[in-house]
Amino acid sequence: MKRAALIFCASVIGLFAAGCGEKSPSTIKVGLIAELTGDMPAVGESCKKAARLAVKEINDAGGLAKGDRRYKMELFIEDNAGKADQSASAAQKLITQQKVVAIIGPNATRYAIPASEIAESSRCLLITPWSTNPKTTLNAKTNAPKKYVFRACFTDPFQGRVLARFAMDRLKAKKAAVLYDVASDYNKGIAEFFKETFERNGGKVAAFETYTTNDRDFSAQLTKIKRAEPEVIFLPNYYSEVPLQIEQAKRLGLKVPFLGSDSWGSQELIKLCGRDCEGYYFSTHYAPDTAAPAALKFIRAFTASYGSMPDDVAALTYDSFGLLRQAIDEADKIDRTAVRNALARTQKYEGVTGDMQFKEGSSDPIKSAVILQIKDGKFVYYSDANP
Amino acid sequence: MTYLLQQALNALQLGSIYALIALGYTMVYGILTMINFAHGDLFMVGAFLCFISVLLLKLSFVPTLLVSMLGTALLGVTIERLAYKPLRRAPRVSAIITALGVGLFLENFTLALSPYPKHIPSAIPNVTWIVGGVSISSLQIVVIALSLVLMVLLDLVVRRTMVGIGTSLGGVAGVLYGLAYPVIDPYMGIVVGWKAFISAVVGGIGNIRGAMIGGYILGAVEILVVVFLPSTYRDFVAFTMLLVLLVFRPYGILGKPAVQKV
Repeated sequence: MKRAALIFCASVIGLFAAGCGEKSPSTIKVGLIAELTGDMPAVGESCKKAARLAVKEINDAGGLAKGDRRYKMELFIEDNAGKADQSASAAQKLITQQKVVAIIGPNATRYAIPASEIAESSRCLLITPWSTNPKTTLNAKTNAPKKYVFRACFTDPFQGRVLARFAMDRLKAKKAAVLYDVASDYNKGIAEFFKETFERNGGKVAAFETYTTNDRDFSAQLTKIKRAEPEVIFLPNYYSEVPLQIEQAKRLGLKVPFLGSDSWGSQELIKLCGRDCEGYYFSTHYAPDTAAPAALKFIRAFTASYGSMPDDVAALTYDSFGLLRQAIDEADKIDRTAVRNALARTQKYEGVTGDMQFKEGSSDPIKSAVILQIKDGKFVYYSDANP
Repeated sequence: MTYLLQQALNALQLGSIYALIALGYTMVYGILTMINFAHGDLFMVGAFLCFISVLLLKLSFVPTLLVSMLGTALLGVTIERLAYKPLRRAPRVSAIITALGVGLFLENFTLALSPYPKHIPSAIPNVTWIVGGVSISSLQIVVIALSLVLMVLLDLVVRRTMVGIGTSLGGVAGVLYGLAYPVIDPYMGIVVGWKAFISAVVGGIGNIRGAMIGGYILGAVEILVVVFLPSTYRDFVAFTMLLVLLVFRPYGILGKPAVQKV
């Protein structure tokens, strides 16, 4: 009896038994680690909704085929409670107890890093949808890319480079000015990569000015920027500070376009800016009003299921599942390493957040960002942006 | 040259606001001989009263200013009665800790009402004039002129002050600051409060003219550092200079050594 139960369990766990060629139905197990409680429940909620939608769509379409067999995808959701230690223990649990093939999440860098350490040492594939910090996919000791950790979003250095190209190619600027918060890693990183790319391509960053978090008076820096006569001003800062910077610049008589990064992408920006931010541009992961067929299909399905528009976290989570599905399709067998190898060689994946490609030797996708423009108080798609 | 004039104007605007807040510290100190560490948060309340008056009550500039002054004056008197007066005979440390506690209360009370940053619509027609290459905005003129008028009046009239006057100056500063930098949040008073407190100490705490001088000095130093050095050095250089000044004049520029009671 005991023995029979064991055999039964083994065939339900399925995944690894599948190789034995049994005919019993089995599933492919996937784990999700999301910030469901804690300081960013909105992020976790978006992530969970998109994950459920993605898995439902895969299973409704008949599941995944491998050889002459079909598998349903089974989703295990873990809450990391907005804590680094719980992110690590959630990864541990999914890998050792649930024996998942792959983990999607966590989203924020400070939770993605501890979970990714566990995944890397256990040789289990992990895809973070939203963590843009370069450190997430790099080994802290060797600085080489982690082998089992990938992301579905672009990185901060990429964003800095993309915006520099956009300023030069689309806005035809040869002379730029930057004002950024020197006390914040995110702002500082993007500002420096922007400057590097802008100058390497023959442009001039005529003013590279800083402030520290909570400053409200930028008049001295902006006066200095005005004297440098830039053709574009780059503000890679958070949405609560950008409106003050733009308003003070306008009061000083600066009339050039302003450019921002994905930290601008909150509806709060428009509330705080009033009409002052009209017509300006920023880069982000995806445009809800885009006409790309993959994105339209996702937006319709998400809105129909949940009654709200998907944000960038939702779009990136959905793409993480899409990437995983494609990797499972291409893998020669279903185990962690085979799926990881297939993902690392992804030639083309057509996602909600654009086309992606992976090359062996890097854990970050090659993909484009989108540039949005603020028009009549809305974020409107303007163009794709490539480095 | 126009560049330096523009920066001088920036310094005058920033200095006016520091001076107004510094006056609040100095005046309350003059009466209670304690540092009212809640003053930065009273200033924040002033800015939120400005937000309420302009956006919800649709008041124009002068009534807004009066609402804010009256509100912060009443709040200041209430705080003095409830929190400071019972501790008048307690050790000085107790009074300082109470003031910090009142500040935390004001921050968190505002936070409970509205956690998100707010935008104050302009209560003054926003016009910018270009005079000889220098941009002068209507807001700058109001901020600088109103501060100067208030300070001159105080200097001429006030010989004995009341707590309410000190805190209502924080209210005026809150309104002017809220209009000049129109995104406000419950923590906005902390850093500005420290800077104004330092201005008051540099000028000589308890001395009205000293507080004004201290405010303008800090405003000018902050702007000048950015003019001549990379802006990253701003706070570092500004506060080092003020520390050095205090080494040579420990009681501040116009302060007098306090007579120690034995």
